[in-house]
Amino acid sequence: MPRAQIAWPEALIGLGLIAFAGVVLWQTLAIPVSPLYSKVGPTVFPYMTVGGLAILGGFLLVSAARGGWQPEEEKEVALDRRALFFVAAGLLANVLLIGPLGFTVASTVLFVLVAHGIGSRRPVRDVLIGLVFSLISYFGFAKALGVNIGAGVLERLLGG
Amino acid sequence: MESLSSLVGGFGVALTPQNLMWCLVGTTLGTAIGVLPGLGPGLTIALLLPITFKVDPTAAFILFAGIYYGAMYGGSTTSILLNTPGESATIVTALEGNRMARSGRAGAALATSAIGSFVAGTVGTLGITFLAPVVVDFALQFGPAEYFALMVLAFVTVSAVLGSSAVRGLASLFLGFYLGMIGVDLQTGQPRFSFGLFELLDGISVIVVAVGLFAVGETLYVAARHYAGRDEIVPLKGSLYMTREEWSRSWKPWIRGTLLGFPIGAMPAGGAEVPTFLSYWLEKRLSRRPEEFGTTGAIEGVAGPEAANNASAAGVLVPMLTLGLPTSATAAIMLSAFQSYGINPGPLLLQSQGALVWGLIASLYVANVMLLVLNLPLIGLWVRILKVPPPLLYAGILVFATIGTYGISNSVVDLVLLYILGAVGFLMRRFDFPTAPVIIGMILGPLAETEFRRAMTISNGDWTVFFTHPLSAALLALAALGLLGPRIYALLRRDRRAETSPRGA
Repeated sequence: MPRAQIAWPEALIGLGLIAFAGVVLWQTLAIPVSPLYSKVGPTVFPYMTVGGLAILGGFLLVSAARGGWQPEEEKEVALDRRALFFVAAGLLANVLLIGPLGFTVASTVLFVLVAHGIGSRRPVRDVLIGLVFSLISYFGFAKALGVNIGAGVLERLLGG
Repeated sequence: MESLSSLVGGFGVALTPQNLMWCLVGTTLGTAIGVLPGLGPGLTIALLLPITFKVDPTAAFILFAGIYYGAMYGGSTTSILLNTPGESATIVTALEGNRMARSGRAGAALATSAIGSFVAGTVGTLGITFLAPVVVDFALQFGPAEYFALMVLAFVTVSAVLGSSAVRGLASLFLGFYLGMIGVDLQTGQPRFSFGLFELLDGISVIVVAVGLFAVGETLYVAARHYAGRDEIVPLKGSLYMTREEWSRSWKPWIRGTLLGFPIGAMPAGGAEVPTFLSYWLEKRLSRRPEEFGTTGAIEGVAGPEAANNASAAGVLVPMLTLGLPTSATAAIMLSAFQSYGINPGPLLLQSQGALVWGLIASLYVANVMLLVLNLPLIGLWVRILKVPPPLLYAGILVFATIGTYGISNSVVDLVLLYILGAVGFLMRRFDFPTAPVIIGMILGPLAETEFRRAMTISNGDWTVFFTHPLSAALLALAALGLLGPRIYALLRRDRRAETSPRGA
């Protein structure tokens, strides 16, 4: 058996889980406990969760030190950073635009950027499909389900 | 016989024109999302949860059940024609089904899977009809300690026993516990983990978590792998009708698959993976033509696992409806729909909401008939859906994800949370963490906590209560066995053979 090397991405996940357990612990200590409920108060389960997360993080670290666990099939695939960038840009644009410009505009931008990221090379078609799709979804949800999704410039123009 | 008369009443509910319409919408939608890669029943039901504010519970659950059953049917179409399993439970179908399609027998593969799904779904629903009241009688004797122990057992089986690694499964489960605890503690009114954010006082909605992990995470995953346009759809050739020989090779696997799938689904372990793999293995051994497995495609290897898959989907509804114990992500999301109506699934559900539950069960029979029609004569329609280009499909999924989360709260905090969870979901996919335990932990964790605290209050803070009640002790012992058994077994084997074995199976 070849000597396994420490797998850094997996080790980071293990450390991340332990750090997360630390955050949960810190937040659990901040929960005020009324003496009335001292027996099994609101902090017992959080403490159990902290313990569980820390122990599991430890196990993951051990497993990372033994060479990690990421499936070969995943390791072989190089991340397509360009595609990820466009999808992330779409999500960010959506968060920033949905307040000021409303759902339809924000969603159309999201739609076009994500479609471009995943490999579509027909931006004009994407804009049109994205716009129509967002409008249908907006009016479908707003009217059929009575869910109020942020109305913006375009929606008011169309009488939403 | 009491079941039968209740069921007749249930059909009275399910066969009203309005509920038939909901069932049709659900089964159609379910088939569509089952066919589309990247969309699953859990995600779809999560996106449609806001409907619970609008329509009455019976209609909502008939819709959800239609989606749930429909996705099982639709998933097999994708597996057979595209070799991309839409659902984890249809991985096995892709093995033989896609080979059959490549050797020009796509029609027969689709037919045996649709008819097999119908047989298994109907027998499974019969199983629910007669098993549910029995489980309820048994469960009525449960106290808080027994409930807590049962939930612990379910936690262990869904995260540690199934899946590829107990540690990673449990890590997902504990992440779910954390997410479930965010917000005001219902027993003391103390806010927990809200980070001083007003938006988090009500807790994180399961919609945000499910959509983040399943939709956003999946889209990032697909984008990162540069997936676009690589799949090849096998054109649908050949008659949809099975030959006499194909019938005679199919009916026994259907029955065996059903007999494997329903009991395993109905156990507090759940999951469709185990019975489908078991069924595949069994059919391969029993087949008179083992040479067709893995080469030209064996019809038994489609018929059996498809039946097992659908029967276990029916089985999962038994603990959900009778014990309030969801054992799959989809069932957990359906449980949260019950909660949003203020209904607590459990042994009393059958009495307090008899019309709802029996209406739901009756509509499952109706759904199966509808699905058989939707998936055989109308198969061409679904094949067309498969041709949606992936870039547009995933862009559309993200737009829906935004509606589902922003629409419920109009809060940008929820959107940011959605994307953070999406990034987490992406990492989980890359590093082989299962996502279903997050959802189950999030929904079931707070219920387990409640039962735990109830039991401790009754016992005056005595921890031994979980071990002195025989049933609770037995369930906890089973959970410990499920968690530690495989490891002890692996250690023993390693001692005996003095060689490292890869993880106990």
